[in-house]
Amino acid sequence: MNDKYNAYLNTTEIPGTGSGILAGIRVSIKDNISTKDIETTCASKILKGYIPPYDAHAVTLLKNAGASIAGKTNMDEFGMGSTTENSAFGPALNPHDTTRVTGGSSGGSAAAVAGGLVSMALGSDTGGSIRCPAAWCGIVGLKPSYGRVSRFGLIAYANSFEQIGPLAANVRDVAKLFSVIAGHDKKDSTSVSKPYDGKVIPDIRGKTIGIPREYFGEGVDRDVAAKVREAITKLEELGAAAVEVSLPSMKYALPAYYVTCTCEASSNLDRFDGVRYGPEPEMNLPWHDAYTKVREAGFGQEVKRRILLGTFALSAGYYGKYYVKAQHARQLIAKDFASALKTCDFLAGPTMPNVAPKIGELTSDPLLMYQADILTVPVNIAGIPAISVPCGTAHGMPVGLQLMGRMFGEESLLNAALAFEEAV
Amino acid sequence: MADEEYIVVIGLEVHCQLDTSSKLFCGCSADFRADAPNTHVCPVCLGLPGALPVLNKKAIEYALKVAKALNCKIPQEAEFCRKNYFYPDLVKAYQITMGDNPLALGGYIEIEDDAGNPKVVNLTRIHVEEDPGRLIHMGNKERGHYTLVDYNRSGIPLIEMVTEPELCSPKEARRLLNKLRATLEYLDVFDPDKEGSIRVDANISIKGHERVEIKNISSYKGVEKALTFEITRQKNLIRRGGSIARETRHFQEGKGTTTSARSKETATDYRYFPEPDLPVIRVSDWMDNIVLPELPDARRDRFMNQYGIAVNHARTLTGDLHLAEFYELIAPVGSQIAASWIADILIGELNYRDMPLSKIISHAGQFKDLLVLVRDQQITDKAGIDVLRVWLDSLSGTGSPETPGQIVARLGLTRESGESFRGIVEKILTNNPQAIADHKAGKKGALNFIVGQVMKETKGKSDPREIHAMISEILGE
Repeated sequence: MNDKYNAYLNTTEIPGTGSGILAGIRVSIKDNISTKDIETTCASKILKGYIPPYDAHAVTLLKNAGASIAGKTNMDEFGMGSTTENSAFGPALNPHDTTRVTGGSSGGSAAAVAGGLVSMALGSDTGGSIRCPAAWCGIVGLKPSYGRVSRFGLIAYANSFEQIGPLAANVRDVAKLFSVIAGHDKKDSTSVSKPYDGKVIPDIRGKTIGIPREYFGEGVDRDVAAKVREAITKLEELGAAAVEVSLPSMKYALPAYYVTCTCEASSNLDRFDGVRYGPEPEMNLPWHDAYTKVREAGFGQEVKRRILLGTFALSAGYYGKYYVKAQHARQLIAKDFASALKTCDFLAGPTMPNVAPKIGELTSDPLLMYQADILTVPVNIAGIPAISVPCGTAHGMPVGLQLMGRMFGEESLLNAALAFEEAV
Repeated sequence: MADEEYIVVIGLEVHCQLDTSSKLFCGCSADFRADAPNTHVCPVCLGLPGALPVLNKKAIEYALKVAKALNCKIPQEAEFCRKNYFYPDLVKAYQITMGDNPLALGGYIEIEDDAGNPKVVNLTRIHVEEDPGRLIHMGNKERGHYTLVDYNRSGIPLIEMVTEPELCSPKEARRLLNKLRATLEYLDVFDPDKEGSIRVDANISIKGHERVEIKNISSYKGVEKALTFEITRQKNLIRRGGSIARETRHFQEGKGTTTSARSKETATDYRYFPEPDLPVIRVSDWMDNIVLPELPDARRDRFMNQYGIAVNHARTLTGDLHLAEFYELIAPVGSQIAASWIADILIGELNYRDMPLSKIISHAGQFKDLLVLVRDQQITDKAGIDVLRVWLDSLSGTGSPETPGQIVARLGLTRESGESFRGIVEKILTNNPQAIADHKAGKKGALNFIVGQVMKETKGKSDPREIHAMISEILGE
């Protein structure tokens, strides 16, 4: 395989075991999803050489459905980033313009699909990591409802937000892959028993679509906004009714998200100490010095930044001020979404406020990078499903329409996305 | 300064391993002690990236039994959280434990204080958490030191019980632990015989001075020893005008001393926060299914009523589940004779031999036979004790044990009537004129010497009361 987009960290051809609906289909897997006997690094030097002794539940399901594993895809280290530039092994390149980023953190998965290397890939979405690269690479990506797909084997970045989900060139393939991975897994205590039958039909007529004012506010590129407005008009032509709604607590979304995810990350990543896997520590040092050296050399800058932020926010005297406050904000945001989705079947807006930036454009300013997540993060806070579907181009690059649905409402969300896809 | 001016204040944090068949968050067998290191492990209890905990409901059920038995308040909800710290035995660098929302609050344990009066010791809380792995320090000065890690213990369920600082002496602390052990054993949730199944942290202070924490004491005896040492150390320090440093100390089991744990005292910030991988436990929903068996205090009261035995016997016999069951097996021979032979004689003989009760439970019938011989006066009490000792020794041997009947026959210990010993009694009286003179002069106990000589000469086959009567008769009294 000619990996001209640096989409892969590791290419493999592991044949599938079952004769199910994915028989003969090659699927790529984001490198934070554990694959038995295949190195799994999360694009971090600290996991270089780590070969999991077990498959993630989603990978087992893929194999059982007949899929072959075509490799482990590039990503932002541990999922921390929105461009895949935070990979320890170099950025993935956008197949539409290789001077631009893919988006992230599932950038390798998106590039592999958009570049035609595979038809489907698994990614993971903690604050937009499936939808962002799907939008910027011009493909379809679904972030499932929290609990609908087992997280067993997904190397945790922020447990309470993230889900494994499908990326593919079209809605039907996304639905197909989703039908294989959705459902209860007793190995994940947060998973629920909501399988998906994969029967996707174009259906949008008579649905009410809420257009949150906040999704077209400051910071959203005018050409991107215009493209998405066009897409909404298309939905209306297909028989949907668009109404304006407001999500006033969305202004808390970014801080609530970044406080919570860095807190969880700081705890999750503490286990990478060189004792059981990863680079071997210097044995002649006292253990805490050996740990420090391993972690200092093994983690990239953004990962260190988030570990420090999270450690600070959880520490005595600050926990109440940051973590507890963030959980309060989380409830408010979830409530706003729930009440908007009572009257509306879906919410719609841009997936990303801009098109894919040039490589290096966002890396100098972490806050600028965090702000790119403003339209994707609220969905993870609310736990609801959302899909990004291509809706044309702006500045010569793909733009994604984001449709957000009710909790466990992937069926009608996929149907709506298919109706749109077939109409454009 | 007089000793009574030092008021000792002790609080305990007791960690017990719950005797579940699998670990707290995975399916690995918890029965690991006989097996090679790192053989009872899986991605979950090794904390491998991506592995997730799944709660073993049995552990919560066991812990709720304890909470109910110890009279705790059960909240609506309990929540696991993460206690973050780095240590090579802690696979995830956090321990899944409970913080602000534990499984149970309050509660109390009844013990006797040092004067024998009933005393209530209040509990602060009870929660469930996972045990870390174990470090085994190897090597020596010549070969260099290194450490091995065994994760077999990683993820074993622990229950942590915290008392209020209401204990006043090391002996009280020991009694509290004994009571706790008995309760957990009665509940069938804990195996005290498993190595390292109980670990205690003790907080101790002399009133008006700083508090010291002694960490990780792993035996009941150790707790008493560590506290006794620490009281002496603290009192001496205060007497000399020094001050007690607020610190953590380690107990050196071998030496019976405590040593300061760290030279540079850095407070660890555990950064507790709710465990996102586990849902909240609706504890109150569980309580209807939590049924308690008879507990030590209830059994003690029943023994006094049903068998008419004294409170001290009843307390001793019910202080250990297997002992209580053993007593009930033997009681048909005679509740009094069974109580005194088990509580006053058998326990001491077992302790002397360092022999567990379990060794004789399967031979309860033979012990019964022995008591029947004593009860029916076929052998004397003295001979009975001799037979018991020979019998216990034969049980700890490798061959098939000798029955009490066989021992009596072999050693010729069948009780004989006093008349057959008249000749011996007369001989001993003749040989000991001084004792008779002392007796006649009114010296109490002088005759006991004579009786003792007769017992010795007759190898315990004679009844001391009968001999006593015969001497009086010969002396014309």
